[in-house]
Amino acid sequence: MIRFEQVSIRYAPELPDVLHNASLFVPEGELCLVVGATGSGKSTLLGAVNGLVPHFTGGVLTGRVLVDGRDTRDHPPRELADLVGVVGQDPYAGFVTDTVVDELAYTMESLAIPADSMRRRIEDVLDVLSLAPLRNRPLSSLSGGQAQRVAIGSVLTAHPKILVLDEPTSALDPASAEEVLAVLQRLVHDNNLTVLLAEHRLERVVQYADSVIWVPGAGSDGASPVHASPAEIMAVAPVYPPVVRLGRSQGWSPLPLSVRDARRQAIPLRDRLPAQPAPSSPPVQTPRPLAVVTRLDVSYGRRRALDRVDLVLRAGEIVALMGRNGAGKSTLFAALSGSVRPDAGRVRLFGTSTGTADADADADADADGMAPDRLRPRALIELIGLVPQQPGDLLYGDDVADECRIADRDSTVPPGTCAGLLAGIAGALDPSRHPRDLSEGERLALALAVVLTAGPALIALDEPTRGLDYVAKARLVTILRQLAGQGHGVVLATHDTELAAELADRVVVLADGAVVTDGPARQVLTQSPVFAPQIAKVLSPLPYLTVSDVTAGLVLAREDERIDAESTRPDR
Amino acid sequence: MSRSRTIHPAAWWLWALLLAWATMRTSNPILLAVIAAVVGYVVVNRRSRAVWGSAFRIMLGLGVVTIAFTVLLQVVLGTRVPGHVLFRLPSWQLPSWTDGLSVGGPVTGEALLSAGTAGLRLAVLVLCFGAANSLAHPGRLLNLLPAALYELGVAAVVALTLVPQLAESIARVRRAQRLRGRSLTGIRSLRGLLVPVLEQSLERAITLAASMDSRGYGRSGAIDPRLRRLTRLVLLLGVCAALAGTFLVIDPARPHRLGVIALILGTALAVAASVWTGRQVHRTRYRRESWGRSDWLTVLPAVVTVCAYVIGHPHLGDNGAVAWQWPTLPLIPFLATLCAALPGAITPPTADPDDYESVPAMRSARVADDARPVMHT
Repeated sequence: MIRFEQVSIRYAPELPDVLHNASLFVPEGELCLVVGATGSGKSTLLGAVNGLVPHFTGGVLTGRVLVDGRDTRDHPPRELADLVGVVGQDPYAGFVTDTVVDELAYTMESLAIPADSMRRRIEDVLDVLSLAPLRNRPLSSLSGGQAQRVAIGSVLTAHPKILVLDEPTSALDPASAEEVLAVLQRLVHDNNLTVLLAEHRLERVVQYADSVIWVPGAGSDGASPVHASPAEIMAVAPVYPPVVRLGRSQGWSPLPLSVRDARRQAIPLRDRLPAQPAPSSPPVQTPRPLAVVTRLDVSYGRRRALDRVDLVLRAGEIVALMGRNGAGKSTLFAALSGSVRPDAGRVRLFGTSTGTADADADADADADGMAPDRLRPRALIELIGLVPQQPGDLLYGDDVADECRIADRDSTVPPGTCAGLLAGIAGALDPSRHPRDLSEGERLALALAVVLTAGPALIALDEPTRGLDYVAKARLVTILRQLAGQGHGVVLATHDTELAAELADRVVVLADGAVVTDGPARQVLTQSPVFAPQIAKVLSPLPYLTVSDVTAGLVLAREDERIDAESTRPDR
Repeated sequence: MSRSRTIHPAAWWLWALLLAWATMRTSNPILLAVIAAVVGYVVVNRRSRAVWGSAFRIMLGLGVVTIAFTVLLQVVLGTRVPGHVLFRLPSWQLPSWTDGLSVGGPVTGEALLSAGTAGLRLAVLVLCFGAANSLAHPGRLLNLLPAALYELGVAAVVALTLVPQLAESIARVRRAQRLRGRSLTGIRSLRGLLVPVLEQSLERAITLAASMDSRGYGRSGAIDPRLRRLTRLVLLLGVCAALAGTFLVIDPARPHRLGVIALILGTALAVAASVWTGRQVHRTRYRRESWGRSDWLTVLPAVVTVCAYVIGHPHLGDNGAVAWQWPTLPLIPFLATLCAALPGAITPPTADPDDYESVPAMRSARVADDARPVMHT
């Protein structure tokens, strides 16, 4: 169905190949997953399928891409619209019209399909994707999962043979992601659709894939993409989900790809592990609170975004804020940083009481705290550093060095402070690059460095792992642990249960603007079916969250066995 | 539930235009207030649930501002109308070239009343426009454009959807500026606002363009691009000629006959070119807007209203000085105005009652499902 014949793509003649010598064949009816690190050329590979690369993006493509026999050389994307449906990461950005039905009809209108069959196809798609109750809704009123299903529906109405999806679930909460993936699976099974899917969060998708294309990326020069069965790729690829990591560390064969496979192989492991994992070195619990939220209400118009929220954030503690899209996580962050004014209740920030620009304001800070919405921006950034969902919102310098200079000036710290922080977070980053040209991970690092320049006591990150691969994520975990160790308070809003499992001391779950759970991470994450990480599901009922938990637990078990053996020997 | 038929967008726009016409014909504050009430009633009952459905509320606010502004302007800086003096303000005499304008001075009831009426009339006109927007999405109106202007229509629709997105983007970046410890005022903060907002809009535009391209926008079939360029040139020439012709016809000092010839020739060229391009556009439409009984039920009451204002009471259009007395209510125009409220009651409701405001309830039902213990803990 899709055939790549020795395809190499570069965006300018003097640049290296983004995709090198790819020869692939994806047969009809296959769900094929594309994996690789950030910036490895996954999106380029996907774009080449419907001719967006190079017809729309520019660049040089050598070799040949055949899609159902059509050569993309002679067929620009619009001439392939009846064959290939493309769905992007942000569904809202691709919407052309403004209601669900109109959006579903748009592609068919362009393809000049008669009105009668349009009507029939729309009804079919509404049913297949369970969108019927939403048909007349404005697109702006849809939740993330609904919007992504509409985006899929809007290309399905053209009856394509191939569906290409670039990270369709990365912005979605776990439940909505399940919704979208279930739809994809049904389409592959019932409609014989060929699906090409790129995704960073392999734990969500790898078990559904029939085959995997691994794009090694430009860094490994000369390596071309590999197309093989999921188990083969997962055994060698540098990106893999926790369940594969568990399988690799335990030497299981065949390698488990789903929680179900792993559970069956984990029976002896479950018997060996102690009932409680080794207590990881508990964070230094300073009782000093950095932010106190009391009975906070925030409304947007008639909609109540936060409903009597109580929360205390302490120094040295990492708190994960979880919950559905629209549960109020971002609003809580906005209230913490004083961007929205509370309707009722209060938010108080307590800084580190060392010398700051506002000496007299600091005097009563210890007693009563400060309301973030009344603070001048300059004083605010010493209390809280917030990295927004799109780190690019913060950045406006001409290049990385300029960005650091501005940050130093804004926070009145010695020149070079921000650059030093950045070097500690991201390693060597070319200071002459433009912030927009950085990868997602590098941009996040730059935004974090900028925010840290003023030395805020509390650090808040809104959805930091969007678009990050496992390597970048591991790096983020290390950095945030370090910051917490230095006495910063860290709070992050995230859908990424694996990240919360790796990082958080405490998990707070929001639903419809209210706090429904607030407790130790291990307890909250193992008890919730939606937020449980893969390892917890595999080893349930044992309260293990991560592979390192398991390794530590095994060490403990081995020691116990040794002690048992030693203590039983004299008895004989 | 019967399938609700939506009113033709042109019907709503005609209804609103007719009421606007009626508004222009009267200076009776009570009648104006009745028109405003009628417009409000219909909008509340029949507005679409889309984003544009809330346009009316904004226009209502704008209307109130209009009235206040007109009255204030009259009080502070207006021509002095003789009559019943209500109060006096300290006054300056302005130089003679301001032609009778003065700052302050005696404020008469007549002056206030006429200014208030003028403001009210302007406000009602604004309301009519807002009502048309709330009742029929501007995008659906653009959908009625002939095929030749299809691309223009798409551009307009995309622009309309970008406005709320731009506003959201600006709000987000302003928040982010605060997070960098920068104040939100002054020239220097402008860079921090403009650079990210422009970059984001550009990125969004590129994403949208890629999406439209992969969804078949601009599939041309087998038309020679040179021919297409030629027809566009002819269309442009025709429109220019027609415009120039109109200008010549209107201005009495210009050669009239030449104007008429240019107007006719230009129009003919433009029509021919657009028919030809329309034939080349290879696409279909999902929504067939057809004119039916309920559309007549929408427009006809408004026609009755206008007839009552124009034929029945020509003196209503009298825009002279207002007497300092309680305005009378002419019976026939009053009843005719009420007649225009009929579409709010007798036409079928615009939107399905699947209102999404009840979604939170559905969601919490799903929470209950999720909360069932699935794992053994």
